[in-house]
Amino acid sequence: MSTIDTLTTPDEELDDRAQVDIGDYQFGFHDPTDKYAFTSRRGLDREMVAQISEMKGEPGWMRDFRLKSLEIFEQKPMPNWGGDMSGIDFQNIFYYVKASDRQGKTWDEVPEDIRRTYDRLGIPEAEKKYLSGVKAQYESEVIYGSLQEDLAKQGVLFTDTDSALKEHPEIFREHFGTIIPPSDNKFAALNSAVWSGGSFIYVPPGVNIDFPLQAYFRINTENMGQFERTLIIVDEGANVHYVEGCTAPTYSSDSLHSAVVEIVVKRKGRCRYTTIQNWSNNVYNLVTKRAMAYGDSLMEWVDGNLGSKLTMKYPAIYLMEPGARGETLSIAFAGDGQHQDAGAKMVHCAPNTSSRVISKSISKDGGRAGYRGLVKVENGATNCKSNVVCDALILDSKSRSDTYPYIEIDEDDVAIEHEASVSKIAEEQLLYLMSRGMTETEASSMIVTGFIEPLVKELPMEYAVELNRLIELQMEGSVG
Amino acid sequence: MSQPAVLKIENLHVSVGDTPILKGVNLEIRQGEIHALMGPNGSGKSTLAYTLIGHPKYEVTEGSITVDGVELNELDPCERARMGMFLAFQYPVTIPGVKVADFLRHAISNIRNPERKEGEELMPMRDFRKELRDTMNELNIDAEFARRYLNDGFSGGEKKRMEILQLAMLKPRFAILDETDSGLDSDAVRVVSEGLQKLSGPHMGVLIITHHERLLEYNIPHYTHVMLAGRIVETGDAALAHELHANGYAGVRERHPQEAAEEQETQEVTTP
Ligand SMILES: Nc1ncnc2c1ncn2[C@@H]1O[C@H](COP(=O)(O)OP(=O)(O)OP(=O)(O)O)[C@@H](O)[C@H]1O
Ligand SMILES: [Mg+2]
Repeated sequence: MSTIDTLTTPDEELDDRAQVDIGDYQFGFHDPTDKYAFTSRRGLDREMVAQISEMKGEPGWMRDFRLKSLEIFEQKPMPNWGGDMSGIDFQNIFYYVKASDRQGKTWDEVPEDIRRTYDRLGIPEAEKKYLSGVKAQYESEVIYGSLQEDLAKQGVLFTDTDSALKEHPEIFREHFGTIIPPSDNKFAALNSAVWSGGSFIYVPPGVNIDFPLQAYFRINTENMGQFERTLIIVDEGANVHYVEGCTAPTYSSDSLHSAVVEIVVKRKGRCRYTTIQNWSNNVYNLVTKRAMAYGDSLMEWVDGNLGSKLTMKYPAIYLMEPGARGETLSIAFAGDGQHQDAGAKMVHCAPNTSSRVISKSISKDGGRAGYRGLVKVENGATNCKSNVVCDALILDSKSRSDTYPYIEIDEDDVAIEHEASVSKIAEEQLLYLMSRGMTETEASSMIVTGFIEPLVKELPMEYAVELNRLIELQMEGSVG
Repeated sequence: MSQPAVLKIENLHVSVGDTPILKGVNLEIRQGEIHALMGPNGSGKSTLAYTLIGHPKYEVTEGSITVDGVELNELDPCERARMGMFLAFQYPVTIPGVKVADFLRHAISNIRNPERKEGEELMPMRDFRKELRDTMNELNIDAEFARRYLNDGFSGGEKKRMEILQLAMLKPRFAILDETDSGLDSDAVRVVSEGLQKLSGPHMGVLIITHHERLLEYNIPHYTHVMLAGRIVETGDAALAHELHANGYAGVRERHPQEAAEEQETQEVTTP
């Protein structure tokens, strides 16, 4: 049997704003793209999928792609590994909600604990509303405008995925669904059938974008949806760092989030994709992320997962040609009632390719955080190197950590290293810090912050600061 | 300065698990005094040091420890530190990923503002940086250490210097140095000894646990105590320390046959 199949299931993704129950709908405005009367409703069937496509005014091929994906979704059994998904009721979910339907949620409906956390993190008012779903969009038009101009001059395409389908049909169709086909896994099929929003980025040959592109800068209402679809194409010798998500807890009333992220990095290109997610505790976050890295290119996933009920996410890198390098840094923090099943996949398809995985997980208050990873070396991929290090920190005896490293090697001439460690906070470390005036809580959060520091220092500054602050709050037990 | 504060240890009995280790220690240290604590391996010196700062493994079964009349027994290590207790550890632990500067900024903020709760304001960055830089300069510690992870990959000598740096920054009322001079080359012993010499003064009571003479040459003890089998069996002045260095503990054992016998017994238990 092939573990790769077992592993090609969900990963996680993006933030989103909450959707509203149709009953809350009051003050919608007319949406000019809304040519047909579309009524938001729960449940998934051919009619719903066809309606989504029609609503968006998509070309026939996309409609067919969605319908075909729905068939695949219906045929595929639920994965019987990873985490407990029995709480997902596919027929009780809104698969598409018009932007106008999203208005009308009020600040009072956002749970108290989430509001308190925003305050303690010092999140600005406008951003708070956006994160909690009170507002459908984040007001950043000014930055967005000048940035966009700058990028456009260099030939960079950066838009939401729906617009990309309309505005850049050729390059879109050439890559869409080729890295992660709908048949890849049940949740990729689901996303392919009902996707909406997400980011599309094309970086032309040799263009080096020297600041991180952020999802925040886009103003599209749907870019933080439940079933986002992101496609990034980094052409030869180009370089981009994309950052999405947010460290503050993202409140969503939707229970299922299933995104797909596809990335192509052509010869000598570089791409880093940074995600920090912190879903509210009701969310199943099942995401598929995969990149194809060509000759002498570098692909890096930096992936931080906090919150959610269950996250299953194993960003993959296929090293397609000699000299390609792949790196995944992953942090998972599981608290009460949370299960983080995160990891990485590295598939060496060509000689002289190398990969590195660093995973750090923390579990606390009965939380469960695990590493699940695959390193595969295909026949003929000689002289490959792979190094996997996963460290788990368990903060109390109610909590749990698991490591599932799969290694499949069809070649002799390779160097594969795997190291794993599980630790507790040592009494001596606590004593040492406390003897310098730290409270027990402060001492533990300092140890935890230090534990993930090697990854946090890779994050853009503001994310790093927020993440550390958030971990302090989690350690104080004051975060919902 | 007002009345010097007093650290008073009375009839202190301490056990680890079911094993009694300290069996009635009496000792009084005033701010401004230097005390040397000597004694053979396993006599209980580190046990006393750990007990003073509230190590949870060391259980006080009898007796009291007070600072200016305030009982420490019920206080955790953090509260004791905020009252001015400090231990330079015999074996400082590594805290991976935590930068020396960040650690010290938290520590100093707590010690200088004992009411501070986690998450509250830290000492202003500029003031802290300046103070840290000046102190490191004074102790001949490379500024680069501020950015390193606490004790991570530090040599034995570097760790001990880091303890002295903390001592200098935190300015405790009572400092206990547990073999801060061991495992150091002679240059490092000099740096640490001179460092302590600069730091100690009327505001600090110091308890120096040592097997060597150098540290005491720079920091001449007002009192020297000898521990044997969990009790302080003799107290003298600097001359006693000198005598013990020259002649070892045979004389002490002869003068205290009961403790010597108890010492013998525990050794037989621990070495089958
Ligand atoms: N945590 C502990 N667990 C078990 N036994 C302990 C512990 N700490 C101290 N002991 C025992 O208590 C006795 C005193 O040890 P302690 O470390 O206080 O001696 P010391 O005087 O500091 O010796 P040295 O000069 O070697 O540092 C020893 O027999 C030691 O084995
Ligand atoms: Mg000792």
